[in-house]
Amino acid sequence: MSNAEASFDSEHASPAACAACGVTPSAEALAAPGGPQKARLMFSLPTSHCATCISTVEGAIAGFPGVQSARLNLTMKRVSVDADATVSAAQLIDVLKGVGYEAYDLDPGLLSNTETDRQSRELLMRLGVAFFSMMNVMLLSVAVWSGAEDATRDLFHLISGAIAIPTIAFAGQPFFKSAWAGLKVGRLGMDFPISLALVLASSISVFETIKSGHHAYFDAAVMLCFFLLLGRYLDHRTRAVARSAAEELAALEVPRATVVVGGVEVVRPISEVVAGDLVRVRPGGRMPVDGVVTEGASEVDRSLLTGESLPVFVGAASIVSAGEVNLTGPLTLRVTAAGRDSSLHRMAELVAVAEAAKTRYTTLAERAASWYSPLVHTLSFGAFGFWMWKTGGDLRFAINISAATLIITCPCALGLAVPAVVTSASGKLFRRGLLIKHGTALERLAEVDTVVFDKTGTLTLGAPEPLNLSQISLQDLALAAALAEASSHPLAVSLAASVRALGIQPAEVSDLTERPGYGVEGRHKGRVVRLGRASWCHGQDAAMTATYLATGQGSPIAITFTDRLRPGAEATIAALTAQGMRIRLISGDTEGAVSELAQRLGIADWTSGALPAEKASLVRMMTDQGAKVLMVGDGLNDTAALAAAHVSISPATALDAARTASDIVLLGQDMAPIGDATRIARQATRRMIENFGISAAYNLIAVPLALVGAATPLAAALAMSLSSITVSLNAMRLR
Amino acid sequence: MEILTILIPVSLFLGAIGLGFFIWSLKTRQFEDPTGDANRILTKDYDDKPKV
Repeated sequence: MSNAEASFDSEHASPAACAACGVTPSAEALAAPGGPQKARLMFSLPTSHCATCISTVEGAIAGFPGVQSARLNLTMKRVSVDADATVSAAQLIDVLKGVGYEAYDLDPGLLSNTETDRQSRELLMRLGVAFFSMMNVMLLSVAVWSGAEDATRDLFHLISGAIAIPTIAFAGQPFFKSAWAGLKVGRLGMDFPISLALVLASSISVFETIKSGHHAYFDAAVMLCFFLLLGRYLDHRTRAVARSAAEELAALEVPRATVVVGGVEVVRPISEVVAGDLVRVRPGGRMPVDGVVTEGASEVDRSLLTGESLPVFVGAASIVSAGEVNLTGPLTLRVTAAGRDSSLHRMAELVAVAEAAKTRYTTLAERAASWYSPLVHTLSFGAFGFWMWKTGGDLRFAINISAATLIITCPCALGLAVPAVVTSASGKLFRRGLLIKHGTALERLAEVDTVVFDKTGTLTLGAPEPLNLSQISLQDLALAAALAEASSHPLAVSLAASVRALGIQPAEVSDLTERPGYGVEGRHKGRVVRLGRASWCHGQDAAMTATYLATGQGSPIAITFTDRLRPGAEATIAALTAQGMRIRLISGDTEGAVSELAQRLGIADWTSGALPAEKASLVRMMTDQGAKVLMVGDGLNDTAALAAAHVSISPATALDAARTASDIVLLGQDMAPIGDATRIARQATRRMIENFGISAAYNLIAVPLALVGAATPLAAALAMSLSSITVSLNAMRLR
Repeated sequence: MEILTILIPVSLFLGAIGLGFFIWSLKTRQFEDPTGDANRILTKDYDDKPKV
């Protein structure tokens, strides 16, 4: 599985999300015997949010024997634990569950975001330096604006210059570098006019200072630097949070396989497993490879791959594929294909095709920059040429005007307009449990008019719930519960829990044995009783998910199950319908199961039995008809459709292939934030457009002033700070 | 105006102190978990092993 997903990631996601980068070292560290006695464990805690959470979580973990220390990072919603090597992740997950937090094990080796960390600290440092010198230069400039003259003014200009020039040289580097990189490939981005304005303003100010002129633009240049760095920093932070979250999600699954070598079980990274190896899969584990069963019998859950909610029986010679979950008995597989050759990887190719077909989305900021950049240059050079002609060759005056125009039109507000809104909106969504993985996802989400849902694992939890308990006699229920408690099969677990919830005590059953793949058998009042598959209990197979109880008297009783709805599913559908979205359900499951769910949720438009390729092509068809599709899915069978859709959401429980392909990840179990997300995304886009409007309005007033030569450094400073502040305030208005 | 020769260096010096502290706080990684730090001051537990 590892190789398949590694190539998946390197092709379609940010390099940081690449599973391959960290897999090998971490797996080695885990496999290495007699390593260091201390280990660092990391858990993701999506529901932690307050001061009490900190004390509860840290207290609970620190109280566990063998734990040295625990620290909860509330910003990342992550807890890191230093403990003896004897403490296992599963134990701590149970401890956290005990105090009311869902926790997910993370692979610390994958969470190496030191590079992003360094960049972010570097940007913050530049921002701090720019802020320091902006404040000082401003103080000096106030004196000049209020009428300092002659030697005083020259001295103040000189000191300002001494502060401003090194600052610009240091703090402006990100702009200079990016402008130069753009220039080398012949592209004028936003950063070129910024760099030009910084350089031109500084050099004309130095010249004016030497000539003891009236106007120096040191304050404006430093301020420009500060505001633009602020926008850059916000942008970087949003992206870093998303990137580290993507890393976190990749770290959720550590792909390893238990290989049987000469009768001994060895844990190996998937990349080292080859065809012909024998691999053991325990009940509850996921198939790491494609293979043929050589030993054991069990049932497998294929819902993530095909969307089927009914478990499938497998015995010797059955073929299983990577990604399926083994439910009841241990299985030994002879590997037929691992890594690149596995069925998982073939699915990846399907995704590649879907991604290639997806047109590249141009963001609002890019669209704004594409007409903005040429306009600024034309204006500035036009002004320069006009004043050269008008004044009969006064180079100094003409350059002054040209520099003033560049400074005033410089995209301070423009550079802040989008990052401020995106930061504000994604912070809001993160607090509601949605993680924006992709920079443009928010804008794309705002355009959505059709929502396509997957069934199993998305609208439903893939967790069964008994339906007809009320039609079954109390004695039979007690018997069923007793048998069910002996098994870890999901149907049995759910049945036992539901019967207990009804207040029924399990009957006394002796000689309980589980027959993997078939069911549980026991002895009750001298009779053999069974709970399990229809054929094993001599019953008639129903069309629905069901288990059968054979009491030894009469015909077996069918206990039918339905999939439990994901919390918030009804509310989400209602909210989206209220927003005027078209809702569609496309599932790979059987018609009966899909139609029943569609009725329960009031979805009129549903498709069942869809193959992965059909899902993707249905989504593509809707896109061709002009619909902007939001795909919500979790399975491998949804992956291609997720990639083909305009924007996509997957729950954190999804296979990592699906999470990689989707733009937004739902962190908690509750689905209700999706309804909110579309609303917030629309609002955010509206704010961005408003912000562009605000900056344009400021420019409309200030640019004519600059062109006629009436723009003093004071006017430039005012226009710049006012527009930046209005834009930031407008961004924070998001509800 | 002679006062300027004192005041300007003084104000620059004060500003530089602020900048110095900012750089120090960056170097000691005090921006790693802003939300957590904001909430931590509200906890009532006595921390006998404070992290540096």
